[in-house]
Amino acid sequence: MKSCKEMTYLLSVQLDRPLSLGERVELRLHLMICVGCRNLAHDMRVLRQLSRQAGGVPHED
Amino acid sequence: MLRFARLQLSDAGLAEDMVQEALATAFKSQAQFESRSTVSTWIFSILRNKILDLLRQGWHKRRIEFDAEVETDEDFDALFRPNGHWNAQERPNAWADPQQQMENQQFWVVFEACVARLSPATAQVFTLREVMGLEVDEICKEIGITASNCWVILHRARMALRLCLEQRWFEKDASQ
Repeated sequence: MKSCKEMTYLLSVQLDRPLSLGERVELRLHLMICVGCRNLAHDMRVLRQLSRQAGGVPHED
Repeated sequence: MLRFARLQLSDAGLAEDMVQEALATAFKSQAQFESRSTVSTWIFSILRNKILDLLRQGWHKRRIEFDAEVETDEDFDALFRPNGHWNAQERPNAWADPQQQMENQQFWVVFEACVARLSPATAQVFTLREVMGLEVDEICKEIGITASNCWVILHRARMALRLCLEQRWFEKDASQ
């Protein structure tokens, strides 16, 4: 079982490349039991929205 | 536009020059404007290309700096207990609706300050990815680092920015 510290890498990298099946399962199981990592996943998504808004650049996706 | 340029260039004077140049170019080449896009999208794409051209000139000289960035082992250890789980006080909180922050000018001052606290190489990779919206492949090609190095740098950037924004903005926000 990986630690939260190791999970933070998966939470970040999933924004840059698709996760493997093994990584997805591992992450999903971890998030079921860990509120800190769930919150971090949320915050990283918000950080992305904020960053894209920062320059006011219209993005396609 | 200015904020966009400043985040990429970390030089306010240079950022202003680039915006002015982009506006001048847009003005001169009005005829090329295709009405498929909006005017703001079009001017932004001019600015984006100008900034990329300028940054490219520096990248080949700074390759070592980007590689060294991966070696720095600042692991956010203080956030975790020795077993790698969150320290109770450091556990992330779920941030409020981003819409509210976006409309707050003060938030953007804090945001720029937090990006400026990253090391130059980390900030560069982060802004290319998240502010400019390049894909990781494109970033690798442009600055000559491997994809896995890029993922490591982006992870560090997101962890550091989240922490900075949490401390300087969201925690204060919640306590008000």
